[in-house]
Amino acid sequence: MNKLEVVNIQKEYEGSPLLKGISFEVNTGEVLCLLGRSGSGKSTLLRIIAGIEDCEGGQVLWNHEDMAAVPTHLRRFGLMFQDYALFPHLDVHDNVAFGLKTQGQNKQTIEQKVSAALEQVNLAGFARRSVTDLSGGEQQRVALARALAPEPRLLMLDEPLAALDRALRAQLQEELRQVLHHAGIPSIYVTHDQDEALALGDRIALLNEGQIVQIGSPEEVYRHPRSEWVARFLGMENIFEGKIIRLNPLTVSTGFGELEVANKDNKRLNIGDVVKVVLLSKDAEISDAKKKGTLLTVIESVFKGDHYRTVGKNDKGEKLVINLKFKTHPNEKIKVDLEATNPRILV
Amino acid sequence: MSANGKSGRLGRTLLWLIPLAFLAAFFFLPLGKILATAARSALENELGLSSFKQALSPLWFTTWQAALSTVLTLLLGLPSAYLYSHYRFRGKRLMRTLTTLPFILPTVVAVAGFTALLGPRGLLNLGLMKLFGLDQPPIMFMNTLWGILLVHVFYNTTIVLRVVGSAWSQLDPRWEQTARMLGASKRQALREVTLPLLRPSILAATLLVFLFDFTSFGVILMVGGPYFSTLEVAIYQQTMSLFNLPLAGILAVVQLLCTFVITWIYSKINGIRRVPLMPRLEGEILRQARSLKEKVALCGMNSLLALLLVAPMLALVLRSFLRLAADQGNRGSFTPGFTLQYYTQLFVNSNQSIFYVPPVSAALNSLLFALLTVVFSLVLGTLTVYAIFHNQRSQRWLDVLITLPLGASAVTLGLGFVITFNRAPLNVRHFPLLIPIAHALVATPFVVRSLQPALNSIPTSLRQAASVLGASPVNVWRKVDRPLLRRPMLVAAIFAFTISLGEFGATSFLARPETPTLPVAIYRYISMPGELNYGQALAMSTLLLVLCGLSIYLLEKLQPEGMNEI
Repeated sequence: MNKLEVVNIQKEYEGSPLLKGISFEVNTGEVLCLLGRSGSGKSTLLRIIAGIEDCEGGQVLWNHEDMAAVPTHLRRFGLMFQDYALFPHLDVHDNVAFGLKTQGQNKQTIEQKVSAALEQVNLAGFARRSVTDLSGGEQQRVALARALAPEPRLLMLDEPLAALDRALRAQLQEELRQVLHHAGIPSIYVTHDQDEALALGDRIALLNEGQIVQIGSPEEVYRHPRSEWVARFLGMENIFEGKIIRLNPLTVSTGFGELEVANKDNKRLNIGDVVKVVLLSKDAEISDAKKKGTLLTVIESVFKGDHYRTVGKNDKGEKLVINLKFKTHPNEKIKVDLEATNPRILV
Repeated sequence: MSANGKSGRLGRTLLWLIPLAFLAAFFFLPLGKILATAARSALENELGLSSFKQALSPLWFTTWQAALSTVLTLLLGLPSAYLYSHYRFRGKRLMRTLTTLPFILPTVVAVAGFTALLGPRGLLNLGLMKLFGLDQPPIMFMNTLWGILLVHVFYNTTIVLRVVGSAWSQLDPRWEQTARMLGASKRQALREVTLPLLRPSILAATLLVFLFDFTSFGVILMVGGPYFSTLEVAIYQQTMSLFNLPLAGILAVVQLLCTFVITWIYSKINGIRRVPLMPRLEGEILRQARSLKEKVALCGMNSLLALLLVAPMLALVLRSFLRLAADQGNRGSFTPGFTLQYYTQLFVNSNQSIFYVPPVSAALNSLLFALLTVVFSLVLGTLTVYAIFHNQRSQRWLDVLITLPLGASAVTLGLGFVITFNRAPLNVRHFPLLIPIAHALVATPFVVRSLQPALNSIPTSLRQAASVLGASPVNVWRKVDRPLLRRPMLVAAIFAFTISLGEFGATSFLARPETPTLPVAIYRYISMPGELNYGQALAMSTLLLVLCGLSIYLLEKLQPEGMNEI
């Protein structure tokens, strides 16, 4: 059982703190997604783990052994850069063979492993191609093969899909998932795209202002965002205040009517407490006049294929974004049912 | 570009016809004459094989001194290229400015500086003699190989520093980091990744340095003295001292062939596809020196560079104010003192003077020629740039043609003029305009290099907008092009001015005794005995140094922001 531990990492950038005490661990076969905005220090964290960059404080431990004294090239960690950094003076084969050669493996083994690695990423037959002639997707696969070929103890990927177009991204995301889970080593996957993180991570760590604000399985993180920042970052747009009016079932009175909310955390709540409510889903339905519902004035309604993204406001001017099946018109008054939107309390 | 009728077409033809005619008359014709002279003498067998043998000895020396100089230059240049592309440090801007000095410093000034420091009458020798009571200068600099090598290293380290340094600073650091992640040690990463990626720039810098050392003229002539003769010096001596024009022609052909081959290889190397990726953040790889080792390396390298670049110039200025009064009855002993005599004597037409004019008139000649060079080269350069602009297809050949005079050495140019223009009205003896014409041949490529990017960067839409607003083609040029080109024009003018001011190779063939330029006067004075002559050479060199320093200052000021890395 292999394990990478990162303990209280601190890093300054041009005089101001970039990472303020980052701690987490990754175990064999696990993919940890580091999710955060660009510039939040995700890549820097990878570089610190790799030993390319120094940090002001904290430790990187591999199976409890401190890596501080181990230089980059002896750590046997793999790192794939965002723009791949393929060696332009070497062809595909020699790029993939690079790590094997530095390990001093014999020629035959190198040939076998290079072929195997290229096959794994569906690039068999590309061995003698120049890396500068490859498409973005092909370059990405070469980089992955190169990182995996020397059988690193840990694999780190820095926004591996960011440079690709959307259609390719979806396809490679699927391939990456299989390769990562097949590799059987701890992996750290850095991204700013929440969909990618949810799809690829066994666990997700959200990084904001130099700290990990939440860490957990994709389901946990998505269903129980711990702060407004996390909720917004995961794509939830409807966050508003409400007052608790009933404890069983837990009910909150908001500008959009009374909403029954789940409260998994069993936090101590009292009637009269003011809380933040988030709607996990935007799926809503127009309800007919007789049923209960929320009155909205439509601001805009935009066709999005399988739904109309509808922005409306209540009589206090608070905005709500919901997905409706029907087109509505600006200034139209509608009544919507928010039962399917899965309201939660943020604390 | 829409056609503007016949006059427009005629105008555009003149754009390239005028520079072409100039090149034909003043470059290709002299070159052809040299070839013809060499061919004739070879065919007539009056010199033939034996003269080619005579060319072999200088060719051999030219080659190996150039190779040795290049190796020494790389030994100093490559480590400094690494340090300058990877570290931030205080005083980097100043050092950057200092390292531009050799680009613009005339050979005669550099040599004068080195003699003022290391020569028999230089500060170091005088100091040591005084200190130990010696009557012979202990340091031998003049007429030695190491003297030549030292000045060559002084001149060319900057090229390695700039060419390799800028390539290194633009090398994506992730390549090296990736290599390290894949298990390569620092040394392995350097050998397997960094050096292969830098190879084109290192090769380019090496060849450029080799070419400059190969065609070195003034340094060899003045420092090497009678013992060392390169092809250039041999051409000069055969022409000016022995009047053996056929042999000089053959030497020039050998020289041309060699430079042609080197230049050809150079352009091949530059054609190699460059690495596309760049660091994402500007200055991403620049860091502060932290460890003691790094600090010592930086400090040592900078001291060495500063010593190499500054010490000779400082010695030059100091020595030009130093009077040596010999102590009575004690040979070799003297008392130093401050004097302005070397400067005041510049205005006197002393009977000692080898010219019929006071040295200060050399300065006036130089200024006049430099101004004429600015006019000639700006006109030619501007015409060329617009010719290329209006007919992009012409770029390939016009650009190459206008750059060719740089490939032929200045000495060859001078020889060509001497052979070609020997009849009235174009006679080197009576037509001093040939000097600025020769200078303009050398300066125009720089003018083109300076103007072309600026002209290309003017968006076509700007001119179209002006046309739509009712401006005639002439007014479009006046209102759009001219203001935007003013700065690069000024840069080009300063370049041309400085090139002309310091040009020695061609001028040494063309300047008549009564119309010397500053470098020619300095050369004559520095090789003459007598304290006053030497002092006056130093005083003139100091003046030239100040003028060049002023040019560098102005060029730095005019340099657009963001071009100051490395």
